[in-house]
Amino acid sequence: MTFATLTSATISRAVGRRWTLIIGSILLGLLILVALVPGFFTSYDPLAFDYKAIMQPPSAAHPFGTDNFGRDVLTRVIWATRIDIQIAVFSTVFPLVFGTIVGTLTGYYGGWLDAIFGRLVDLVITFPFLVIVIAIVAVLGPGLVNMYIAVSAIGWVFYAQLVRAEIRVQKQSDYAAAARVLGYSEMRLIFRHLLPNSITPAIVYWMTDMALAILLGSSLGYLGLGAQPPTAEWGVIIADGKNFMSTAWWMSVFPGIAIVVAGVTFSMVGDGLADLFRRRR
Amino acid sequence: MNQAPAGGREPLLSVRGLRVAFGTPRHELVAVDGVDFDVQPGEVLGLAGESGSGKSLTLRSILRLVKPPARVGGEVFWRGRDIMRMAQAEVRRVRGGEIAMIFQEPMSALNPVLTVGMQIRENLEEHTDLDGAGRQARAVELLDLVGIPASKSRIDDYPHQFSGGMRQRAMIAIALASNPRLLLADEPTTALDVTIQDQILKLILRLRRDLNMSVVLVTHDLGVIAQTCDRLAVMYAGRVVEAGPVADIFAQPRHAYTLGLLNSVPRGGALRQPLSSIAGQPPLLSDQQGGCAFAPRCPFVVPECAVAKPPLVGIAPMHDSACLQHRKVAQR
Amino acid sequence: MSLNYVVVRLAQIVPTFFLIMVVIFVLVRLLPGDPTSAVLGIHATDEAVERINAELGLDRSIPVQFGLFFEHFLRGDLGDSIILKVPVMRLILERLPVTLFLTGFAALLAVILAVPMALVSAIRRDSLLDNTIRAGFQVGLSMPVFYIGIVLLTFLAAKLRWFPVGGFGQTFTDDIYHLFLPALTLALSLSAVLMRNLRSSLIDVLDAEYVDFARAKGLRNRLVLGRHVLRNALISTVALFGLNIGTLFGGAVITESVFAIPGIGRLLIDSIYGRDYPVIQGLTLVLAVLVSLVFLVTDLVQAALDPRVSHR
Repeated sequence: MTFATLTSATISRAVGRRWTLIIGSILLGLLILVALVPGFFTSYDPLAFDYKAIMQPPSAAHPFGTDNFGRDVLTRVIWATRIDIQIAVFSTVFPLVFGTIVGTLTGYYGGWLDAIFGRLVDLVITFPFLVIVIAIVAVLGPGLVNMYIAVSAIGWVFYAQLVRAEIRVQKQSDYAAAARVLGYSEMRLIFRHLLPNSITPAIVYWMTDMALAILLGSSLGYLGLGAQPPTAEWGVIIADGKNFMSTAWWMSVFPGIAIVVAGVTFSMVGDGLADLFRRRR
Repeated sequence: MNQAPAGGREPLLSVRGLRVAFGTPRHELVAVDGVDFDVQPGEVLGLAGESGSGKSLTLRSILRLVKPPARVGGEVFWRGRDIMRMAQAEVRRVRGGEIAMIFQEPMSALNPVLTVGMQIRENLEEHTDLDGAGRQARAVELLDLVGIPASKSRIDDYPHQFSGGMRQRAMIAIALASNPRLLLADEPTTALDVTIQDQILKLILRLRRDLNMSVVLVTHDLGVIAQTCDRLAVMYAGRVVEAGPVADIFAQPRHAYTLGLLNSVPRGGALRQPLSSIAGQPPLLSDQQGGCAFAPRCPFVVPECAVAKPPLVGIAPMHDSACLQHRKVAQR
Repeated sequence: MSLNYVVVRLAQIVPTFFLIMVVIFVLVRLLPGDPTSAVLGIHATDEAVERINAELGLDRSIPVQFGLFFEHFLRGDLGDSIILKVPVMRLILERLPVTLFLTGFAALLAVILAVPMALVSAIRRDSLLDNTIRAGFQVGLSMPVFYIGIVLLTFLAAKLRWFPVGGFGQTFTDDIYHLFLPALTLALSLSAVLMRNLRSSLIDVLDAEYVDFARAKGLRNRLVLGRHVLRNALISTVALFGLNIGTLFGGAVITESVFAIPGIGRLLIDSIYGRDYPVIQGLTLVLAVLVSLVFLVTDLVQAALDPRVSHR
């Protein structure tokens, strides 16, 4: 018995780690719920102007205050949740799927395919991600769909890297050798056996990526290159409020908090999953 | 306790009631449970036992290298002073300067980004008054002492540039730089090939003689004990169960566990002898009950064995045993 | 670390860089619409378009165009800005120092923030202090750069008037004063990433046997920490730093927008809005060079710290 195992037996961190996953999942569920039925959580109309209630500080009637058009900020933030969660999902699903497939194939077959892939990875990580995305979006024109295209075009590389590394390890394992000895076809071996065991780092990264996607999406929204007004998106709302920061700070501060909460939620789920997978090994 | 040899010299190191425990006070996991032993000047004491017997922890506790949340208790008298009660600065002086320690795996015990020369000079800087040139010269001298060829050029090499046996020698050179009186060796040969093992053991014995040093050698390999040690303390489940001169114990073990250990060493000569082993497993830390820890596996067990942990008592001159049945064991 | 190693690493950059040039060239050529017509707008008569195209060499074949492009690049000629009518190279050289100052300052602040926090966090692992520090940095990581920027701008500059509201100073100390808030904004998220990684490395190293061996030699705690622990733990963090340089530059683009700083980030955004293709092209090239250089430097630093790397 080593010193290390003795020490971890003493500090029962197992409980602490599971809490991260539990709390993260609850928050995530809440976020999804708000995204699906925002009307349930607020009764104001996000688009209605109300000139009688311009730039009011937070109060019981308007917990997040009102903006320069009299719109209830809390309502706008709640309705924007749908857009930002959409951004998180649509920016990451294609990279996840495409990247996993490419990573699996290059990891398994190696050879010239892998060599090309290696060069590609070098290229991609050389460039600042944000700069490329901004450039592509600027060229295609502002808008959410173009943003998804821009992000997906580059983002799949990271997933591919993760899966490739894992496949190469799993290829050497005993169960892979056993499957080959049993005469299983390569496709079956790759997709039914190796892939499920190799995908866990990609899933964990997916969570972080979704948090990053929200950051990116809101940054582009802020710059005017992402979601277009009057669509309520957290970054757009912050941009709307940036000129009033001294007089009506609540316009920008609260949507920012929403971004942080969403980011922390995804990170917690990611951390929790990472620990779960690590313990299962 | 019966460990003073004829001649009655004061022991160099005297461990009394050493105890290392983990966990909460309510649910304690005791890894070292009241260990006593002495080390005489110039002798090589073997500390034998299987994994989990607590021998490594015992060694590390001597130099107070065991960190919280472990709780360490007991006394460790070094030349009359209790290390456990010393101030930090004094402990640091003892470490390296008076007592040195080497570990099992030289690749992990040597800092990979510092040269071997640097790691020797650090030791000298801390414990001696030598100047830069003096330290450099002494470092080269040390590499020569441990038998590393081309010492002048090797002094600036990194650990990964040495082979396994050479790395172990380098580690010894680093540890002994400031002429300690006692060397604590934690399984120094376990990670090495058998031929290299032999060389390293011979080196340790030679250094013991040339530097007038004592050695505590922790190992699970009885062959190593037979080759190098003067006296032996056998540990099981965190306690010393038998102690005495190696020749005596090997000739006539006085504890059921020691008997089992010696019997399980395959004997050469006769053809196709069945391998003997001790049935069962050592107890888990969490499984501690009253009574002798070896009782569940002991072929000599009697009801008294389960009552309380048998104390380590002298049963012959210079020979201690913690077995209620030691007479029966001796008759085997 | 040998000179050989440095030369080899430099040589490795060249093919990647060539590839980058090809990619940029192709991308810009793929842009929808004809830049010349777009610029000329209503004056885009056929003769005018043809004339401009001939001037810019856009009527030649693709390989010839690339050849010209490459040759010009080697001479340091990146073309002229369509909007501002001055050489792109001049524009970039005017603004680059500002951005470099900003990112360098931010990197320094990030390290100053991350290292002590990581040390405390690792040494007092799992304590309340550790968890508070980690939670704090986690929140910082989840805040978009522009948000941190406008919050700091509003509260520390506009309201409390501790710092100026954007712009760039005249003298060196004035620059530091003006750029402190923007640099801090950038530094916060970078320091979160660095701290997390450094803490993890430190924990691994603190548990390593060579740390015990160093203690067994009787070395002082501070010496063990500095020479044995930190140096080894920094190795992987330096690599991470290099990888994140892209994010740092990306964040600089946004920060320059928020704080109205005349750097290349602002230039990029403005040229994108104005469809100023030569500037976009030139900027991306220069950025690629910069990032490659940073990679090279971090590689070399890593090799200097870790002898196992260069002795291959």
